[in-house]
Amino acid sequence: MQNIWTIAKREFSNYFNSSIAYAIAFFILIFLGGYFVAYMVYLSSSSGFMMDTPDAWQVTGGLLATLLVFSLPFLTMRLVADEVRMGTMELLLTAPVRDYELVVGKWLGAFLFVLLLIAITLVFPFMLNQMVTPGIDQVLMLSGYLGLVLMAAAFLALGVGISALFNNQFAAAFVTLLALLFLWWFIGLPAFILPTGGEIFRYLSVGSHIQDNFATGSVNISNIVYLLSLTGLGLAIGTTAVEMRRWR
Amino acid sequence: MIRVNELTKTYGLRKAIDNLTFEARQGEILGFLGPNGAGKTTTMRILTGYMPPSSGEASIAGYDVVKESLEVRKRVGYLPETVPLYTDMTVFDYLKFMADLRHLPNAEERVEETLEMVRLLDRAEGYIGNLSKGMRQRVGLAQALLHRPEVLILDEPTIGLDPAQIIEVRNIIREVGKERTVMLSTHILSEAQQLCDRILIINKGKIVAEDTPENLQARLTGAERVQVRVRGETQDLAEKIAQMKGIQNVQSQGEGLIEFQFAPGQDLRPEVARLVVEAKYDLLEMRSINLSLEEIFLQLTRDDIPVPAETVPVNEE
Ligand SMILES: Nc1ncnc2c1ncn2[C@@H]1O[C@H](COP(=O)(O)OP(=O)(O)OP(=O)(O)O)[C@@H](O)[C@H]1O
Ligand SMILES: [Mg+2]
Repeated sequence: MQNIWTIAKREFSNYFNSSIAYAIAFFILIFLGGYFVAYMVYLSSSSGFMMDTPDAWQVTGGLLATLLVFSLPFLTMRLVADEVRMGTMELLLTAPVRDYELVVGKWLGAFLFVLLLIAITLVFPFMLNQMVTPGIDQVLMLSGYLGLVLMAAAFLALGVGISALFNNQFAAAFVTLLALLFLWWFIGLPAFILPTGGEIFRYLSVGSHIQDNFATGSVNISNIVYLLSLTGLGLAIGTTAVEMRRWR
Repeated sequence: MIRVNELTKTYGLRKAIDNLTFEARQGEILGFLGPNGAGKTTTMRILTGYMPPSSGEASIAGYDVVKESLEVRKRVGYLPETVPLYTDMTVFDYLKFMADLRHLPNAEERVEETLEMVRLLDRAEGYIGNLSKGMRQRVGLAQALLHRPEVLILDEPTIGLDPAQIIEVRNIIREVGKERTVMLSTHILSEAQQLCDRILIINKGKIVAEDTPENLQARLTGAERVQVRVRGETQDLAEKIAQMKGIQNVQSQGEGLIEFQFAPGQDLRPEVARLVVEAKYDLLEMRSINLSLEEIFLQLTRDDIPVPAETVPVNEE
């Protein structure tokens, strides 16, 4: 436990020395801010403000989810792959640290950084809340953000797992991006095509959990279980990959 | 302290180490000597729990390096060959991180004490990326010493250092090696001779010789060779020395230099010194010469003739 925390702290503070992390945080906030302003302008011009109270998901949550899918691979790519390149893996693998502690610690460091980023984006729903009467639907906002947090946990875990499979961080980023796009969107496609039995594909699509359940406030336990299982899967892949490295 | 039994590691089809068996006793400095690709790093990586062997077993402080890897890693300090470091961290933060991974109480004090040991305290706040090679080597050494391990495994600790740094690092190793078991690898024979209580010569994954530096020297050269330097002409002196009992192979090399040898274990230097003085010569210098060991090392580790340990050439005369 202590080791997980030691490793997480180092990874978390590492992001504050990383230009890629700054660039990602900057672009996410700029995108959201720009979109937020445009949305406000549109609302005020078209309808004499607030004819229909907008919910926070429309204003920022949905866009943030998409931005995360495209940016999380670049936050996780170097976590294990770069240790291998720098040779510091030899240090970690000969320290009294279990392989899973290493992987979970790295995931936790990244997760804390993304939590911070997501927390900063709360300013947009907050401002929206000030602007509209009687305020936004806060339960709906919280459920949307719960979805974002669980999605980030799952995608970061998969990113760490894939990073552990590669020696080159850019290869890891590319494969992670493909995996996330697949889970976010492609895997849900058969649900629209197949006449029957498409439900399973809808269940496997992270996008449908987020958009159909968390964003609409109709969250049930199976949504949460799915995202947590993906997190577990990612961490298990990472741990196995680190173990396999030893046997090479 | 370190026990290795029939250890073998194969990468694909190539045997990196082949059936190694050896021991390092508590408090001993064991030198692991061999040419490039001999299997030194591979052996050390297995001992430190970095990777498992293909077959055979090894234990450190009684713990199996595969089955009780975590216990082994707690007790071992390891300086890897490439000295991997996080270049974007300060020396202090890096060592604090490694100390935290080892759950050391008072980690910050411990880091400072250790930096003092390797004489790097003044660079504690500097970034590792800005350090010279020698300093990085000492950071790596500090990392290996942080938890005051029972066993130190150092993979070529002095490679790439300038002579002053080499001496400094050797002094540190000698100092910490007083009460710890140390295993260090090197290509440099004289380094192993100076530092180690026992030397293991390995070539192509097999042990070709194993002994104390003195015995190894004696076994390999079959004799101890000594050089004396006196003032003036030496022709008759060389003859006198050659007549002494037990002295062999006397060579007069001019300018007052005479070389001779005697069987190992029978130290005839005092007798020779007395003879020189009684013959009314001024004795300027007397020293052992180890040059021939270097040659034997090359011969032992030559690629074309594998020499099994039993047939180490011993001069029978
Ligand atoms: N990861 C690896 N994959 C495949 N072969 C390897 C690997 N590591 C080492 N080898 C091979 O194993 C043999 C022993 O290598 P090792 O690194 O243990 O030698 P060494 O004694 O440390 O050499 P050096 O003095 O150059 O450091 C060499 O033939 C090397 O090519
Ligand atoms: Mg080596």
